[in-house]
Amino acid sequence: MLEIRNLKVKAGGKEILRGINLKVNVGEVHSIMGPNGSGKSTLAQVLAGRETYEVTEGEVWYDGKNLLEMAPEDRAREGIFMAFQYPVEIPGVSNLYFLRSALNAIRKHRGLDEFDAMDFLTLAKEKMGLLRVDENLMSRPVNEGFSGGEKKRNEIFQMAILEPRLAILDETDSGLDIDALRIVAEGVNSLRGKERAIIVVTHYQRLLNYIIPDYVHVLSEGRIVRSGGKHLALELEDKGYSWLEEAEPKRVQVV
Amino acid sequence: MVTETREIENLASQEYKYGFYTPIEAESVPPGLNEEIIRMISAKKNEPEWLLEWRLRAYRHWLTMSEPTWGNVHYPPIDYQNIVYYSAPKTQKDGPKSLDEVDPELLETYKKLGIPLEEQEMLAGVAVDAVFDSVSVATTFKEKLAELGIIFCSFSEAVQNHPDLVRKYLGSVVPYSDNFFATLNSAVFTDGSFAYVPKGVRCPMELSTYFRINAAKTGQFERTLIIADDNSYVSYLEGCTAPMRDENQLHAAVVELIAHDNAEIKYSTIQNWYPGDSEGKGGIYNFVTKRGKCLGVNSKISWTQVETGSAITWKYPGCILQGDNSIGEFYSVAMTRGRQQADTGTKMIHIGRNTRSTVVSKGISAGYGQNTYRGLVKILRSADKARNYTQCDSLLLGDKCGAHTFPYIEIKNSSAQMEHEASTSKIGEDQIFYCRQRGLSAEDAVSMIVNGFCKQVFKELPMEFAVEAQKLLSVSLEGSVG
Repeated sequence: MLEIRNLKVKAGGKEILRGINLKVNVGEVHSIMGPNGSGKSTLAQVLAGRETYEVTEGEVWYDGKNLLEMAPEDRAREGIFMAFQYPVEIPGVSNLYFLRSALNAIRKHRGLDEFDAMDFLTLAKEKMGLLRVDENLMSRPVNEGFSGGEKKRNEIFQMAILEPRLAILDETDSGLDIDALRIVAEGVNSLRGKERAIIVVTHYQRLLNYIIPDYVHVLSEGRIVRSGGKHLALELEDKGYSWLEEAEPKRVQVV
Repeated sequence: MVTETREIENLASQEYKYGFYTPIEAESVPPGLNEEIIRMISAKKNEPEWLLEWRLRAYRHWLTMSEPTWGNVHYPPIDYQNIVYYSAPKTQKDGPKSLDEVDPELLETYKKLGIPLEEQEMLAGVAVDAVFDSVSVATTFKEKLAELGIIFCSFSEAVQNHPDLVRKYLGSVVPYSDNFFATLNSAVFTDGSFAYVPKGVRCPMELSTYFRINAAKTGQFERTLIIADDNSYVSYLEGCTAPMRDENQLHAAVVELIAHDNAEIKYSTIQNWYPGDSEGKGGIYNFVTKRGKCLGVNSKISWTQVETGSAITWKYPGCILQGDNSIGEFYSVAMTRGRQQADTGTKMIHIGRNTRSTVVSKGISAGYGQNTYRGLVKILRSADKARNYTQCDSLLLGDKCGAHTFPYIEIKNSSAQMEHEASTSKIGEDQIFYCRQRGLSAEDAVSMIVNGFCKQVFKELPMEFAVEAQKLLSVSLEGSVG
């Protein structure tokens, strides 16, 4: 479904990703972990189409398409969704209106009928119940005045509505208390399935107690320095990222 | 970042959609301004002597005045002797008695603009006093309104049929000596709208006028006078577009509103005059004086404006809050793009006790547009417990435009309560990316963000006008967004 080959990315003249290779098949959940500044958020943003980054080398294929040539909105319409680390406020635009416009843009792209306000409300209410999202939040402007937890939950709610094929969660756990974390994780788990893949970008292992990944990749200084199963996350928790950094030269030799 | 800035610039550099010109034979006076011309205008309109005298007083006063320079707008000097001060569409001598008698080209122009004049418009519940150049062409719904005692007609008709009302109120809010442009208007105004709502009557429909400039080099000097008598209510809509042309045109209108005891006037404007091309060539100079007087107790005057057109906009719709407990409101969206300049805001003059005013101004600048908010809140000694809330927000699209804010506050009574909030923000790359990541195009994203920014003002507009305003703003922003 997604194949990243030797991806190198610069921002502000500085090389942040130094040759990422990653293959994600449909139905899989991958976790990308790494210390601050390792480039994991950059990877998420580049996949979503952020134009502040400069791709200097490599390629990314998504369902047989050259992802790097696609505009961000086309990626979204083709099923890529990113839950933002810092969801953006849009004053004066109601959450529901925003989301219906987004869903309809995606549906239009796929040749489906657009939802009218009533049908959409029915759909939204169903998902709100599922994710325990407060209905009041829906009529309020997008993310305006939301608490950190509400913003993150709103991202997952949007994901539930838009039903992406590839979901990228960028540090969705940061700033969440344990209850909110559990609700968010439940929401994500409910979307796991054969027809979609999920990439969970996180600094901490704790989210992975709730969203059990099939694969864990550790990013350090712009490279994936280790890949493994879910146990890798626990090992990391135990030993800390410094363990990897020490181990890194050895790893490089092995490659 | 670079790409998105460019996209925003593309969106903002859209050409004027209503640029067309209807060739109609206009009966005009020669260009220039002197007492003879004023006498000629007055005679053509068969005006009573007192009105001619009033015009001449204004003209003589105007000669002593100089054009104001304090506005944050820049334009080449206007040659007032090179302007045609009167032009009327040629029709039968007695004027059209029905739409059949109206020049079909004129009707075609209205159709292009979607101006309601015919049967279907009756269903829309809008009465139109359409001003085409300087003479009113047709007035609908007059009979229905007349049953309620409401007078809604062209200013010229009012002068003929209701001279006492005109004489009583003309210049009572904006005196002929008020300011350079208002004084010029007082001397040479040709037509406009007049509305009178009698005591205890709630006007059942929105009164609406569409202004349109057509004949080349003809300055438009509209005069509007609206009076709401005790316990009455009226909502008035003013919307305008102008055909594309290559010369600057002066537009110096005056609007006066008078609200008696417990009366309410709601005045909504959509202004979309030709803004000039992307280099700033052509375009309307819009120097307008609009003022309402809350004369009676518990009266209320509310201005809502959406200003997207004109090369230069210079207007400060204000309220004189004379009656105790009276309320003044000003809600404004002003958008400048290309080389447009807007210097707009309001004046709230508190005289009566417990008077309240609310000011919400939203300025949007794109391209090389310059947007200035200029507002005065004045609390006189007599205005015990007056209150004002002012909020002015500016939104910048791109990095070559500008936003400026000049709030003036004068307080002579220590019981006053004043609140002032202001913000300036740049439309965020983050916001646009967020929308695009959810599947929306960059154009739709900008349009959505800007409309969200203006929501507080749009919700004050009558329903159908609000939809039109949103559309207009999207069209103004678009490269191709509909």
